[in-house]
Parts: sequence; structure tokens; C-alpha cells
Amino acid sequence: MDTLAWLLLALPLLSAATIHLGLKNLQDVSALLSTAVAGVILLITIFLISSETTDVSFSWATLPDIEIEIGLKLDFFAKNMMLVVTGVGFLVHLFSLAYMKEDSAKARYFGALSLFMFSMTGIVLASNFIMMFVFWELVGLSSFLLIGHWYEKESAADAAKKAFLTNRIGDFGFMIGILMLWGIAGGTSAALTFDGISEFFVGKPEYSPFFLGTAVLLIFMGAMGKSAQAPLHVWLPDAMEGPTPVSALIHAATMVAAGVFMMARLYLSIGTETIEALWGVNTIAWIGGITSLLAALMATQQDDIKKILAYSTLSQLGYMVMAVGLLDPNAGMFHLFTHAWFKALLFLGSGAVIYACHHEQNIWKMGDLRSKMPITTVTFFIGTLALCGFPLTAGFFSKEGILEAALHKNMALFLIAAFVACLTTFYMFRLFFIAFLGKNRSEKAGHAKEVGALMLIPLIALTVMALFSGWNPIGAKLSPLHNEFQFHFGPALIASLLSFAIGAFFAWKLYFNAEKDPLADHKIAKIFRNKFYVDEFYAKLITYLQDTVAAIIHFIDELVIGGLLVGGFSRAAGGVGRIFTRMQSGNLQAYASLFGLGVIIVIYLTVFVS
Amino acid sequence: MSVIFVLIPLLAAIAIFSGVKARITALIASGLILFLGLGSVFCWQADVWSMSFEVLTTPSIHLAMGFYDGISVIMLLLSVIVLYAAILHGGAPEGSERLWYGSSLLIGAGAIGAFLSTDLFFFYAFHELALIPTFLMIGILGKGERKEAAWKITIYLAFGSIVLLAGLLWLVNASGSESWLFKDLLASEIDPSAQKGIAALLIVGFGTLVSLFPFHSWAAPAYASAPTPVAMLHAGVLKKFGLYGLIRFYPMVSEGMQDWLGLLIVLLLGNILWVGFVTINQKRMDTLLGNSSVMHMGYIFLAFAALIEAGSASANTIAIPAAVVLMFAHGISIAMLFCLSDSIQKRTNTLELTELGGLAKAAPKLAFLFGLAGMASIGLPGLANFSGEVLVFLSGFESYKGGPLGCVQVATILALWGVVISAVYMLRAFRGTFQGPAVKNSTGVADLTFMEKMPAMILAAALLIVGLYPNSLLSLLEGCGYQVSSDATEQSDN
Repeated sequence: MDTLAWLLLALPLLSAATIHLGLKNLQDVSALLSTAVAGVILLITIFLISSETTDVSFSWATLPDIEIEIGLKLDFFAKNMMLVVTGVGFLVHLFSLAYMKEDSAKARYFGALSLFMFSMTGIVLASNFIMMFVFWELVGLSSFLLIGHWYEKESAADAAKKAFLTNRIGDFGFMIGILMLWGIAGGTSAALTFDGISEFFVGKPEYSPFFLGTAVLLIFMGAMGKSAQAPLHVWLPDAMEGPTPVSALIHAATMVAAGVFMMARLYLSIGTETIEALWGVNTIAWIGGITSLLAALMATQQDDIKKILAYSTLSQLGYMVMAVGLLDPNAGMFHLFTHAWFKALLFLGSGAVIYACHHEQNIWKMGDLRSKMPITTVTFFIGTLALCGFPLTAGFFSKEGILEAALHKNMALFLIAAFVACLTTFYMFRLFFIAFLGKNRSEKAGHAKEVGALMLIPLIALTVMALFSGWNPIGAKLSPLHNEFQFHFGPALIASLLSFAIGAFFAWKLYFNAEKDPLADHKIAKIFRNKFYVDEFYAKLITYLQDTVAAIIHFIDELVIGGLLVGGFSRAAGGVGRIFTRMQSGNLQAYASLFGLGVIIVIYLTVFVS
Repeated sequence: MSVIFVLIPLLAAIAIFSGVKARITALIASGLILFLGLGSVFCWQADVWSMSFEVLTTPSIHLAMGFYDGISVIMLLLSVIVLYAAILHGGAPEGSERLWYGSSLLIGAGAIGAFLSTDLFFFYAFHELALIPTFLMIGILGKGERKEAAWKITIYLAFGSIVLLAGLLWLVNASGSESWLFKDLLASEIDPSAQKGIAALLIVGFGTLVSLFPFHSWAAPAYASAPTPVAMLHAGVLKKFGLYGLIRFYPMVSEGMQDWLGLLIVLLLGNILWVGFVTINQKRMDTLLGNSSVMHMGYIFLAFAALIEAGSASANTIAIPAAVVLMFAHGISIAMLFCLSDSIQKRTNTLELTELGGLAKAAPKLAFLFGLAGMASIGLPGLANFSGEVLVFLSGFESYKGGPLGCVQVATILALWGVVISAVYMLRAFRGTFQGPAVKNSTGVADLTFMEKMPAMILAAALLIVGLYPNSLLSLLEGCGYQVSSDATEQSDN
């Protein structure tokens, strides 16, 4: 059993290493190896879920007073999260076999995909914070590699860099938070592990709410980077430069949800009762709520099919963060679970569309895909319904949970959440009406054909999950935290139904059979379209703050420190040097002599003086 | 026995200067000590390695060598690996093979001698010995503004060496020890009143050799001008002499160091933040790498500051292992970066970042290896530097038990921002050099040949082993290899 669990880490790592070291030129073998490994670890995960498991670990860095371990925490929470990772992961591998068929660097792509599976597994199963941080940064690396897969494109290379750097800013806080929490929890080896943290905080309230609260907020910074919460959200839309299956797996279903997963793990370890009393933790729910609102507004005015889905992902991640922030990690994780399936479905669906339309991504140049790609259209529509929380789809149950949580804890956030639900339906139906219905608006879309079986199988499998993963007992058994949906007839349900109806109505009114966007020239719409100008603001900030400061510091460094401060000393010594220069071969002898002098002084002092 | 690690390269250098074929001799000699060095890891505690014989009676100076503790083993490992990679990388211009390979071997021999000496006199003298060929190589065979760079590094390091010498002589004097052997010196005690001055001289002296802010401006131009093996050996190995020395003699002046903790923290943050910003503004690959190596010294000093704050190595058991692992990791990664940036220059004839771009298309292996080394240097987990850095950060928070933060914790937090800074400049450099559409300079160039790949692969293997499993190095610091950790009084037993 132990070995089986280690295989979850070992197999993808081996696959990545083999592909990179040996199989670069065997493109198809690499693709098949990586896919086979994804399949095997899915089977292992299923087996582990259905059996009793014990945690395993080995010592990674051993010091006299502290030991850092690499350990697998195989509890219900982690194992079921692994199901999401390996389930979506395997389907995305299958889809990629078709989607990346013609790519000249297929081996590199699948190698990076295996590296991702390895890193993500590490995050999910990590038994301690240092290990989680290790794999946290490694998913960042695989994300960097995959976003920059087509690195010859300036935009792809820039997006990869942006993703890595934005995440580094989050990780800056994350690491400080880890260190502080470690100190507060006693500074022992155990204080690094989740088990040790829960042991420490349960029934031991003698810590300072201010410093523990600060530590939790700093750790949350890591989640803000990885789960793209405002103001660190800017990298995720750009990350759509990567191949679309990657967007489905990494930038929708799994990696970006890691922040939510990590926060849930933290909250469960410290205990929500303890968290509740801490300083400033409400901020977390607010950041989630604001992110979900801003992203939903931005999504309403995007024309690139992947960008719409990307902003939608941001918005849904905001939901999850908000739920965790409202001390209901159950609701957050349940939404993470259902969202993973239907958002992967939507992204793979958009991948199928992009593939069929010869890499056309603008929805205004599509239209009438319904008649060209009927199966894709149906699956995409079901994904849309699930995302909009249409009754009895998976998203309905999980969104309901979040609205309930907000309703009981924070009225303002409840209203925001309900409005976001409304916007979600609006922008998703806008997308669907324009791209799939109406009239065909470009040649590329006119030639679209239904995609092959290798792409349809993952779509259909995900459609099943998008429909049923929220239902009891599936949701309760497979969601990372036990979640038996309790049906309440109340404000939350009414809000959910109403916002669906309102959103759908306005989308129908404005976009059904529309030829161009009626809102395009509206002043406020322009702000949404330009993402509130946050990217422009950051670009200015980097140029004026970082680069200018760097230039000034460089100048002072050369002038003062290099020139005057020690240069004065150098000039004095230069006088001595001139004596040497008189000798035939100049400076060289001077260097040697000066250093010989050092040795001579030692000899002189030791032998004659003492 | 351990003297062979010095004798082999030394004799090979003499042989080369007297006419034996240069490259092959250097390869055999460095390969041999690499082999022996790797082997010694498994049996370094055996008595056969140590030797000592008195060369002078008053004061009592010994030609004493051996593995003083696990730190010496790790430094030896670093030296032999980088030396072999530097020799293998080669690149001697026509007609200068003798000077090129002979000097490289001499630098290696000097560095190894310093790390294996267990007597203060030879510890110092071997380092001086290694510096002379370093200056000569930069002055004679350097690139660009070689004269100026050589002059600058000479002035700075001469200054550092002389301050250091004063500090060491004072230390010996104040200790009252007859012999200059480490074990006798470390067994003796120094009056607290004298410790403060000695500590200051050691920080400035050793610090200058390690490019501690504000004594750092020699490093970037020197590494940019230096012939590649010299840059690899100095930045990778020889520079670690100062840190090694600080750790080695710290127990003798642990009280005196306390007085300088605040100042040292300011200086090390100068390395990390100030030089970090200087690095962001670099327009050339070689000066960027040179400055980045200065910056990363700050992290090792941070571990040292944590050690000072704790008061002894047994009070903060993370600090010394953290510093040593990071010294090793940094040495390997910077050597690999200099080695590969030379390969870039050979292909594109330029290291100006604005003239580079899209090189990954024509040279994917070069891009992969450079990316790996670059990622290592910015502390990506799974590669050696992270193992060191995470221990450094833990050592900085070792004394934190909740409540308000102390000065070392604040320094650690500021230093963590440096991790963002280094990602900024390294990714800019990688993005600018390898990604995007191919520019004229990088179209149609050849990828790395097998022989060019070899040195980088060896260094990459070391980065991966220590990164994936830091216990591979840490286990060398266990048990008796951990002498520095015990109090000075316990030292006498060893």
C-alpha cells in the first residue's frame, strides 16, 4: 500500500524525466507514455480511495533540532482531491493526444504535462508546509513551461514570465507566513506538519490573535498568487496563451484551485473556531468576493472565447475563496470539486471549437456551430448550465452552498454573490448565443467540422460529471470534504433561481441573433473590456517604480560605491601601482607583487616579529 | 593523505608549465581528484587523511591538512566538481593553453589547500596563492576592459586580504595559543574586550573577499572580464573562502560578533536588495550574472547573522548547515551559468541582452541547461539552491516563538523579497535571450556539442542531487562533522 502511494509521485516524475532525457525525438512514444502514466495514477487513486490508508514519509532534510520530511498525507480530503487532479488530468491527456497531434514539440508538451501531474500530486498529498511550498513552486514551473509552450510568440513568452513572477510575489508572503506559523506553533519539526499544527492549536488558545492572524493572511498571499485573486489576478487571463488543454487542466480545474485547497487545509488544521477569533481574517472573504465581482464584470465584455472562460474561472475562484473566508471550507471545496469538472468541460469544449475553427478564438467570428458540431454544442451547453447553476446540475448544488454560507455570515457578500451569479449566466449565455447559435460569421467557422472521438470522449465523460457530480451520494462520497447537500427553501435558493432567470433574459435580449455587440461603445462596458486598466497600471508601476529605481540605484552604486568610496582607496594604491608600472611589463607584475607582498608580510610577521 | 588533493593539481600545473601537453594533463589531474574527492565522502573520517608536520617552532606552524569536519568535505567536493567542469569547459585561446590550464589548476590547488588546511598559516597562504593566478589570468587573457577589471579586483582583494591578515594575527595573539593549528586556536579563549575589534576586522576582511556590500563593486566587472574557467573557479569556489573562514573562526569571537550584528544585517541587506536592484538594471548577461552572484552572498551572510544572534551554533543548529548547503549550491550554479553564458557568446558573439533573442529554437539544449541553472540560482525547489535558501529562512526564524518580530526575522522577510527580485532579472534574461522570435545573432547557430554539454551536465547533476535530497549533503555535517556547533570548551576534546 505504501509503495502504491509513492507511485503517485514517482510515476509522473519518471515519465517527465524519461521524456526529457531520452524521448525528445520520439514524439508519439512520449505522448503515449505520459498519457498511460496519467491513466495509471488515476487507477491508483481510485484504489486508494476505496481502501484504508496510512500516512507515509521519509526524512528530506535532517538537522540536529529539526527535520523536514517528504510525507504523503492520505486522508479523505487529500485522496478525493487527487481524484479531481488525476480524473481531469487523464481526460486532458486524452484530449491532448488529438489536440496536439500536429505540434512539432509534442514531446516537450507531454513532458511538461507529466511534470505538472507530479507537482500537483505533491501539493495535494503534502504532509507539511515546506513540502507544499516545494511543489507549490514546481506547479508554477510547469505552468511557466506550458504557458510558454509556443515560446517563439512574444505574447506567449511574456505571459509565461508574468505568471511566474506574479506567483513569486504571492509566494513571498506565503513563505513568511509559513515561517511565522512555524514559530508560533513552537518552532519544532512537528510545527511544520499539518498534524503538528492541529495538535498544537486544538485546546491551546494562548497565542496572539494578531500575529497568528497576520501569519494566516500572509499564507493567504500564496493562495492569492496561485488562485489568481485580486490584485494578483492579472496573470491568469494572459495564461490563456498556452495550449487549450493546459488551460483546462492547470488554469481552470486544478492548479488555480490549489490556493483554495491549501487554505482549506490550513483552516482544517488550525480549526475554524480558532480562525474565527483572529485578526483580519475577514479580509480573505472580501478579497474573494471582490475578485468574483470584478472578474465577472470583465467577462461580460470579452470577445475571445478562452478569455471569457478565464475571467469566469477567476470569478468562480473568488467564490471558493469567499466561502473558505467565511469559515465554510466545505462549501468552498464542494464548489472546487464540481467546478473542476464543468470548467474543464467548457475549456476542452472551447479547445474543440478552436481546433475546428482553425485557431479562431474570437466568438464574433464563429456562429452557428450548433449545426457543424452538434455533440460539442450539447456538451458545451450542459457545461454552461452547470456553471450558471441551473437547477439539478452539479453547479447548482455547490453554488447553493456558497450562497447559503454567505447568507448566514455576511449580507453584503451574499448580495455580491447573487449579483455575480446573475452576471455569470449573462456572460455565458452571451458566449453561447454568439458562438454556437445565430448565423455563421466567418469562413473559418464555416468550414468547422465535428471533432474526432478522442476529443469527444473526454467531453462526454466531463458532461456526465457536470450533470451528476453534485448529487447525493456522488457529491458526498467524492467531494474532498464530506458534503451532503441539504435542501433549504429560502432566500439563497430564490436568489439563485432569480439570478439565473435575469441573467439569461438579458443575454437573450441583447445577444440572441446579434451581429455585433450592442454594448461595445458604452463607456462603462469599455472599462470592463479593458479590465479596469489594472494591467496598464501595473505596467506603469513596473516601469516607473522598479526599473527607474533600479537605474538610479545602479547609477549611485557605480558612482559612489564603485567610484568615490573605494575608488579613493584605489587611487591611493594606484600611486603605488605607478611605481610598478615603471618596470618593464607594467601592471601584471604589480598584481603579482602586491599579492606576493601579502604572503611576505605573513612570513615576516610570523618569523621575525612574534 | 589529504595533501594529494593539493599536490596532484600543483604537480600537474608545474608539468604543464614545463612543457607537458596542457589540456590532457589538466583533465587527468582534475579528473583524478574529482574521483578521489567523491570517494573521500565515504571515508573522510578515517585517520589516514590527516597529516601534520611542524615547519616552524616559534610560533608553532604546521603544514597540517585534513578534513577538519564535514564542512571541509563539502568545500572539497565543491572545489573538485567545479575544477573538473572548468577544465573540461576549456576554451583556451590558441597559444595560451599552458597559462590557461596551468593557472586554472593553480587556482584549484590553492582553494583546496585553503579548505583542507587545519593550520591558520596555510589556510591564509593557500588562498593568497590562488589569487595570484586569478589576477594574472584576468589581466592577460581577459575579455573587454581586462586591465581595469584586473586592477580593480586586485586592489579590493589586496585590501581585504591585508585587513583579514591583521584580524587573524590579532586573533592568534589574543588567543595566547602557541600553535597555529585550528584545534589549538579553537580550544583557546579570547578576552571579550579584544573580540570586538577582531570580529570587525574579520567581517571586513573576509567580507571583502566575498563581495560583502559595500565592498562588492570589484566582482561584476572582474567576472565579466575573466576567462570562463577563472570566473567559474573564483565565483564558484574561491570566493567561498571568506564565508568558510567566518564560520570556522566564529566560535572564537562569538561575543565580539554580537556587537556587529546590526551592521552586518544592514550590509547583507545591501547585498540582497541594493545589489539586487543593480542587477535588474544590467544590460549584459555577464555583468548580470556577476551581480547576481554578489546578491546571493547576502543569503549566506543572513544565515551567519542568525548564528550570531543565537550566540552559538548549538543555539541555532540550522544556521551553519544552511550556510554550507547554500555555499555549495551557489558555487555549482554560478559556475554553470558562467560556463553556459560563454557558450552563448561563442554562438552569438554578443552578450548584450538587447542583441539576443529566440536562441532556444536553434539551441534547445543550451536553453534547457541555462534555464535549469537560472532556475537553480533563483531558488526553484528541487534544485540545490532552494535547499540552502529554505534552511537559511528557517534559521532566520529559529528564535521566533510568536509575538513581535526580531531584527533577524525582519531581515529574513526583506531578504525574501530578494527572491522576487532575482526571479525578475533571471526571467528577463532568459526571456530575452532564448524566447521570442529568433534574432539575427541567434539564427542558424549550432546547439551544444557533447563536449560542451558535459561540464554543464556534471554541474546540473550536483544541483539536482542536492536539490531533490538535501540529506545527501547534510548527512556529511552530522555527528563529529559538526564540531563548530559545540562550545569552544568542548573543542579541546577533538
